[in-house]
Amino acid sequence: MGKNKKCIVVTVIGKDDIGIVAKVATAMAENSINIIDINQKILGDEIFAMTLLADRVKSDLSLPEITDKIKASIKGMSLEVTVQDTEVFQYMHRV
Amino acid sequence: MKFSSEEILETIGMIAEDKLDIRTVTLGLSLLDCSDPDPAACALKVRNKILAKAANLSKGADFIANEYGLPIVNKRISLTPISQIVPIAEPSAFIEVAQAVDKAAAEIGVDFVGGYTAMIQKGVTSIDKAMIEAMPEVLSTTDRFCASVILATTKAGINMDGCYTMSKVIKDTAERTADRDGIGCAKLVLFCNPVEDNPFMAGGFYGAGESESSILVGVSGPGAVRRALEKLGPEADMGEVAETIKKCAFKITRAGELVGKKLAAHLGVAFGNLDLSLAPTPAEGDSVGQILETMGLAMPGAPGSTAALMMLNDAVKKGGLFASSSVGGLSGAFIPVSEDASMIEAAKAGAITLEKLEAMTSVCSVGLDMIAIPGDTSSETLAAIIADEMAIGCANNKTTAVRIIPAPNKKIGEFVHFGGLLGKAPIMPVSQVSADTFIKRGGRIPAPLQSLKN
Repeated sequence: MGKNKKCIVVTVIGKDDIGIVAKVATAMAENSINIIDINQKILGDEIFAMTLLADRVKSDLSLPEITDKIKASIKGMSLEVTVQDTEVFQYMHRV
Repeated sequence: MKFSSEEILETIGMIAEDKLDIRTVTLGLSLLDCSDPDPAACALKVRNKILAKAANLSKGADFIANEYGLPIVNKRISLTPISQIVPIAEPSAFIEVAQAVDKAAAEIGVDFVGGYTAMIQKGVTSIDKAMIEAMPEVLSTTDRFCASVILATTKAGINMDGCYTMSKVIKDTAERTADRDGIGCAKLVLFCNPVEDNPFMAGGFYGAGESESSILVGVSGPGAVRRALEKLGPEADMGEVAETIKKCAFKITRAGELVGKKLAAHLGVAFGNLDLSLAPTPAEGDSVGQILETMGLAMPGAPGSTAALMMLNDAVKKGGLFASSSVGGLSGAFIPVSEDASMIEAAKAGAITLEKLEAMTSVCSVGLDMIAIPGDTSSETLAAIIADEMAIGCANNKTTAVRIIPAPNKKIGEFVHFGGLLGKAPIMPVSQVSADTFIKRGGRIPAPLQSLKN
């Protein structure tokens, strides 16, 4: 990860619906968060799971604030949002 | 992507569904500069030091928890044993200092403080005596300050007078908190071979060899281990089971190390160490007993429980030690009865007994933990139970402990309810065979031989 980046992982899980990716991406763009990579799949037949790597170096928001913005963008849909610093995955999954 | 979706979703699942959490971030704090022969001045120095050094602990922990999405359940402080700080052989002095500690902790939003501690494995000083005399009063009038007494070590043997004295302190404390099922006793741990960098309560204190202050992290995740074993299925042999536990312990430990290092940097304090212990909570699924059930025992306490627990404890340590160079504290599996849904069921059904628990403590972390027994159990019988547990630690060169609650006016089969992380427990039967004459002998059991061990 470059020194001038502050990378986060956004995870969205829940009931599949139209426009989830668009809404989340828009909320992130509006808050100056740059998406680096997206991975989206449907688990089983209906569980939507998206993991998204992004850089928040240009955003002034704290992680709880970013979580709230994304949650607000998909309000009313049955989805869970988690936003974490990438280091937690680095630590847990890499030796 | 740098990480696969599977890896990310596994972590999310471990936290959301399997209750992986940082059980506690504990600020170890030396009080060696707070000693004063005037009780009021001593209490003030201790209070000021806690407020100065730990004011940001709670807020800092919340910040780090948000940043990494890892819940931090408790914020705690462990202090230099108070018996080394208050140089006054008066119980009232200890009560004054203890109340100052409790009040300071409440003001800065800290859940528990450890360090109302005396070391009497070889004998008592006049100061230890006063401190222990004040203990029932301290435990019944404070909410957060936890007590521990070291009654035995492998190098000193077992202080049998101490076992008897402490059994009376436990009974007195239970009576004074009878309206809350004897909850005062849940804040008192008796030790053999304690560790001096333990972030878990009630037995945490900050030892003499530690630095001025440091962050000690206690991480827990019995739910995550159980889930990994469930995925493995019932066909896997014990070698594979051990391997799976090691891998899971590795991940949990890494999460704890990350939090510990970041919080230490955030607070400008040294990172002390990480204690990877499978510590259950009463929440569904957050249970060490259920890990034993997943291994194939119908209930904890079944024949085979000791073998299963030995493997679990060892595999947790092996995975943890590979994951971090800062592993310390107790680091193993805890089997408190009242804090573990599956252990509560087993105790209620009579599947697990005091005697089987005692055997299991010879192969896992800590000891007879959060066990409720009838309030009319005699001090002599209680002292003998304590001495037995000390003997297991003493002979095997390991930490053992006793945290037992003789619940006032309660009979076998009835329940005590403590609430929160302390949970609830059925009153377990105690052997009615007398040890009175043995206990009344007093004195000290000499240190055991360290060679010719067969």
